[in-house]
Amino acid sequence: MNALELRNVTKRFGEVVANNKVNLSVEAGEILAILGENGSGKTTLMNMISGIYYPDEGEIFVNGEPVTISSPKDAFDYKIGMIHQHFKLVDVFTATENIVLGIDDGKHFNLKEAAKKTAEISEKYGFDIDPKKKVYTMSVSEKQTVEIVKVLYRGADILILDEPTAVLTPQETEKLFNVLRKMKEDGKSIIIITHKMHEVLSVSDRVAILRRGEYINTVKTSETNEAELTEMMVGKKISLNINRSEPVDPVDRLVVKDLNLINSDGVKVLNDINFAARSGEILGIAGIAGSGQRELLESIAGLISPNSGEISYNDPKTEEIVNLREKTPVQIRDLGVRLSFVPEDRLGMGLVGNMDIVDNMMLRSYKKGNSIFLDRQPPKDLAETIIEDLEVVTPGPTTPVRRLSGGNVQKVLVGREIAAAPTVLMAAYPVRGLDINSSYTIYNLLNEQKENGVAVIFVGEDLDVLLELCDRILVIGSGRVTGIVDGRTTTKEEVGLLMTKMDGGNENG
Amino acid sequence: MAKVKQHTREPLFHITKRTEVPLKSSVLVRTIAIVLALIVCGIVTKLFTGDNPISIYKTIIHGAIGSGRFLVTIHELALLLCVSLAVTPAFRMKFWNIGAEGQVLIGCLSTAMCMFYLGGKVPEGLLILIMTCMAILAGAIWGVIPAFFKANWGTNETLFTLMMNYVAIQLIEYFLKIADKSGSNVVGPNLLSHGWFPRLFGQNYILNILIVVVITVLIYIYLNFTKHGYEISVVGESENTARYIGINVKKVVIRTMALSGAICGIAGLLLVGGSSHSIDSNLADGRGFTAIMVSWLAKFNPITMVLTALLIVFLERGADEVSSMFGLNADFAEILTGIILFFIIGCEFFINYKINFTHKKTEEVKEGK
Repeated sequence: MNALELRNVTKRFGEVVANNKVNLSVEAGEILAILGENGSGKTTLMNMISGIYYPDEGEIFVNGEPVTISSPKDAFDYKIGMIHQHFKLVDVFTATENIVLGIDDGKHFNLKEAAKKTAEISEKYGFDIDPKKKVYTMSVSEKQTVEIVKVLYRGADILILDEPTAVLTPQETEKLFNVLRKMKEDGKSIIIITHKMHEVLSVSDRVAILRRGEYINTVKTSETNEAELTEMMVGKKISLNINRSEPVDPVDRLVVKDLNLINSDGVKVLNDINFAARSGEILGIAGIAGSGQRELLESIAGLISPNSGEISYNDPKTEEIVNLREKTPVQIRDLGVRLSFVPEDRLGMGLVGNMDIVDNMMLRSYKKGNSIFLDRQPPKDLAETIIEDLEVVTPGPTTPVRRLSGGNVQKVLVGREIAAAPTVLMAAYPVRGLDINSSYTIYNLLNEQKENGVAVIFVGEDLDVLLELCDRILVIGSGRVTGIVDGRTTTKEEVGLLMTKMDGGNENG
Repeated sequence: MAKVKQHTREPLFHITKRTEVPLKSSVLVRTIAIVLALIVCGIVTKLFTGDNPISIYKTIIHGAIGSGRFLVTIHELALLLCVSLAVTPAFRMKFWNIGAEGQVLIGCLSTAMCMFYLGGKVPEGLLILIMTCMAILAGAIWGVIPAFFKANWGTNETLFTLMMNYVAIQLIEYFLKIADKSGSNVVGPNLLSHGWFPRLFGQNYILNILIVVVITVLIYIYLNFTKHGYEISVVGESENTARYIGINVKKVVIRTMALSGAICGIAGLLLVGGSSHSIDSNLADGRGFTAIMVSWLAKFNPITMVLTALLIVFLERGADEVSSMFGLNADFAEILTGIILFFIIGCEFFINYKINFTHKKTEEVKEGK
C-alpha cells in the first residue's frame, strides 16, 4: 500500500497552471526523488501535500484513505512533515526549544523530557545534535538537522525535503543521505526534491519527473541513467523562431578571470569563474537557480566584492584595459564604462515601486551636473520615449511603477538600461513572468543591442530560449563554469547535463 | 488519526488593499470619522461629567483660537511643526528617529549655555548668532551619533535614539545644578537675560513663526526637488536599489540624521532663545514624540504637516481650556483628545483598505453561474 498517493492533482495561480494532473506515490520505506527544472512545479506540489496550498482538483490519499489537507496542522495529523528550503527556526532558542515549539499535546510542558526525547531520536538515526545549543551559533547543516528532528519529534512518517542539499557541502550531504537511508530502513517514506543528478542516483529508489507543471513519469532509479533522466527533465526542443544574426567582429569586451566569492555563510558561491563576453554577441548563462548567477552579475556590476580574481573591461574607444574588480558602481561609471544591468529583482533592485516612471528613469542619471537640484526634464522625455517606443501600457509617466503589469515594469527597466547606450548589457531573467508578446519585445531589444556591438550577457532559465537567442552559452553549476558551448550547435540535453553536473564531479571519483 | 473538518467556515469578510483612492471618498471617510469622534466624545462627556457636550466643544474652540490666544496657538503650531519637519527626512528614509525629544533638548541646552556663559560678554547680535550655530551643531551631533552606529554596525536606531533622550535630560539636570545654586529645577529668565530674540511688529513669537515658515518651505523643496531628497527616498524605499545605482547608503543615513538633528536643534533654539528664556528638563514637553504622529499623519509631506500639526495643537489647546473652565481633571481633556485622534488615525485604515464581505460575494458568484 502506498503511504502517500496523489491522483490528478491540479493547482492554478490565476491563469498559470503550476501543477497539471500530477500523479505521484510513495511507499513506506522508500525514498522518492522529484526531479524538475526551475518552475516545473515541484515546490507547489509539495506545498499542497504539507497543507500550505489547497489543490484545485484531484485527490490525496494517505495509507489508502482519501484525505483533506487544508492546513499544515492537518498535514501533521496525517504524519506528514516538510523540511523547507529556508529554515523556520527561532535564532535565540536552543535546539530543543525549537523542536517543541508549537506542540500542544495537552500535557504539562517539560523541557527536560523533550531534550531526552530529542537525544533519543538523534541517536536512533545518527544525527549529530546538541539539544542545548542555540540556533544562532549553529552551522547551516546543524540548523537543517534541527528542522528534520523537529518533524520526526512530531512523529512524522512521511518526510518531504525541499532541496536539502543546496546549502550543504558534499561531506554534509553524504551525512544527510546516511540519515535518510536509516530512516528508510525504519519504514519512513521520504520525498526529496533536488536538481543534482548524482544525488538522485545515489539516494533515491524511484524518481518522479515534472516538467512545466506536467507530470512526465516515474522511473526506478536502478533502471535508469543520467542521460535518460535529463531528457525527461528538459523535454524535446521547441522551436520559438527567435531571430539570431551572426556576430560581427566580436572582440573580448569583458574578461572574467579566476573569480572567487565566498558568501557570509562561508559557502563558496563563485568558484574560479573564467569567461569572456564579446562585443556583438549574446552570451547566455544557463544553470539551476541559485548556482551563482546572481552573485556573478552583481560582482561584475560592483555591488558585491569578490574575494579574488579579475574582471577586466576593454574600452572600445581607447582599447585600454580597465580592472573593474573592487570598484563601486559609481567608480565604474566614472571610469567611463557603460555597463547596464537589468537585475533579477525588478521592483526590489532595478526600480523603486512607489516612485513614478519619471523618477525611476532618473535612478541612473540623477547625479549629472553640479546643481543640487534635480532636473526632471530629461527623465520625463526619456519616460515618454520609452512609453511610446516600447508600448508601455500606463495611464501616464507619473504612474508609480508598482501599478504597472510585470511586462510593462520590465519594459521600463530594460528601456532605461538600454537608453544609457551601454557597451556591456547584463540581463538576469529578463522575460521571467512575461507574456509571449512582451518576451519577444525583450528578445528583439537584446538582439538590437547585439547588432549595435554591445556585449550582451543573458541569464536565462528557459533552455529553448537560450538555445535560440544566444551565440554562446555558459553553463554554471554550484558556482563553477561547467562548460561553454556554441548556441548554434549544442543540444538541450548537452546543456541539461552540464547544468546538473555538480561540484566538478570530484566526489564521484 | 485525527479527523479533519471537511468544511472550514469561511471568514465573514476579507480585507484588500485599495490601489487607488479617489480624493472624494478619502475626504468623505475623514469627515465621517470626525463626526463620529465628536459624537463619541459627546456621549463620554455626558456620561462622566454630565456637562453639555456642545458647550465643551465651544470651549475647545475658544481655547484654541479665542481672543488673545490666536498668536499663542500659532506659535505652538510652529514649534510642533518645526520638530515634525525635523523627523520627516529621517522617516522618509525609514530611519525611525524617536530621539527628536533629546535632539530638541540638547539644542535647548546649548542655547541656554551660550546665554548663560556668554550673555553680556559679547554683543547681542553676535550672541544670537553663536546660539544658533551651537544649537544646530548640538542637535546635529545628537542625531549623527545613532546614525553613525546604525550605518556602521547596524544598531537599532529606535532604541538608540530613545536612550539618547535620557542622556540629554540628564545633561540638562546637570546644567541646572551648576547654573542655579538655589537648587531650583528651572533656570529662568533672570539668569538667561541675554540673547533674547527681538520682538517683531511689537509682538512676541513672530520671529519664531517666520523661521518655521521658512524651514517648512525649505524642507519641502529639499525633499522633493533636490538630489539629496531623491537619495533619501531611494534609500527609504529600497536599500538594494540604492546599492544598485551606487548611492552611498551610510553617507546618506548620516547626512540625513545630521539634518534631522540640526532642525531639532533649531526647535530647541526657538524654545529657549525665542520664547521661554528659561530651561528645564521638561521644556520639549513631549513634542519630540507628538511630532512622530504629526509626520506620519501627514504621510511625510511637509505641506500637509501644517494641517496635521494644527489639528493636534488645536485639540491640545482646547483641552487645556476645557479642564480649567469646567474644573475637570486635566486628564479628562486628554481622553477627549485621545478619542478624536483614535478616529482620525483609525479612518486611514478605511481609506487604504477595502472590506469585502464574503457572504455577499459568494452569492454574486452563484448568481453569475
